[in-house]
Amino acid sequence: MLLNIISQVSRWAIPFLLLTIPVAGFLRGIKVYETFVEGAEEGFETAVRIIPFLVGMLVAIGVFRASGAMDMFVRLINPVMSLIGAPGEVLPLAVMRPLSGGGALGIATELIGVHGPESFIGRLASTMQGSTDTTFYVLTVYFGSVGIRKYRYALTLGLLADVSGLLASIFICNLMFGS
Amino acid sequence: MVNVVWLALLVSGIVVAGLNGEIEVVTKAAMDSAQAGVNIAIEIIGLMALWLGLMRIAQEAGMINLLAKIVRPITRFLFPTVPQDHPAMGAIIMNISANILGLGNAATPFGLKAMQELQKLNENPDEASEAMCTFLALNTSCITLIPATIIGIRVAAGSSNPTEIVGPTIFATTTGTIVAITADKILQKRYRKRSRR
Repeated sequence: MLLNIISQVSRWAIPFLLLTIPVAGFLRGIKVYETFVEGAEEGFETAVRIIPFLVGMLVAIGVFRASGAMDMFVRLINPVMSLIGAPGEVLPLAVMRPLSGGGALGIATELIGVHGPESFIGRLASTMQGSTDTTFYVLTVYFGSVGIRKYRYALTLGLLADVSGLLASIFICNLMFGS
Repeated sequence: MVNVVWLALLVSGIVVAGLNGEIEVVTKAAMDSAQAGVNIAIEIIGLMALWLGLMRIAQEAGMINLLAKIVRPITRFLFPTVPQDHPAMGAIIMNISANILGLGNAATPFGLKAMQELQKLNENPDEASEAMCTFLALNTSCITLIPATIIGIRVAAGSSNPTEIVGPTIFATTTGTIVAITADKILQKRYRKRSRR
């Protein structure tokens, strides 16, 4: 039942917006097509402007991951994770999550596939993946698009949000699904 | 801090690869990632254009203003430095709404638009403003009602109850958001004090 509602919402969300916004605009007497094109023009410019920032960040993350440095980092903090009730298997996901959305999704998919979606690891990985964001990507792209180079305390803030999201995931999963 | 993190990622990667005798991995990863950066930007052009086009219509039709009015008590608390009828507010609201519904792809264009609008209010265009930090904190911690992508993956993996993680996700994202907003208010004050000295 719930799944049905959620999947219907997911299916309809974008067509719904595509329908209601232009129709509402038209009813308000707006030249909908011309207005759309005006707004769309901005999209191209913004996408091109973020390229240097994306390249810079993705190269650093790619080198860190491919070299095996990330695996070493994971082994280093593994004892801490087991202390707070998280199996070591989910650690690479926790480390990857703020760095790369695609990378984290790959790890989560693999964990769910290998351990099964109803296993503790599968459930925890699902919750972790849904609960935090790719802070580095968001910061790089968002700040890059307007040419901001000093992040103030935004990175600390983003990582703090990620860590608390992760800890909350571990806590709630142990509470709900733990043995 | 971002400089340190960036450098640490690069240096540790190169040192580890060198010690493992696999330095060519670094070359390949660097070149592939650089290309990936361009590909991502190209891929989002279409989506950016689509959503910003739709948003322009919604804006002119007054729909975004209406939405902004409804959530004004919250936005006034979170963004005291942004005039409540500023276009930045509309973009922020659209971005957060898309995040809450799990529409990650739709969220990015609104987020970028919000940044551009916030930059117009920024007194020091080189440095992130307070409102920008708050916005990023909200954005990265955002409460998620429908984690659509992961539900899809669970369905694909043959889960008998793919949505059982919706409750835990709402709990975890709510916790993250509360921590992020609290930390934002604290860091804001500390930073103000420090810069006055």
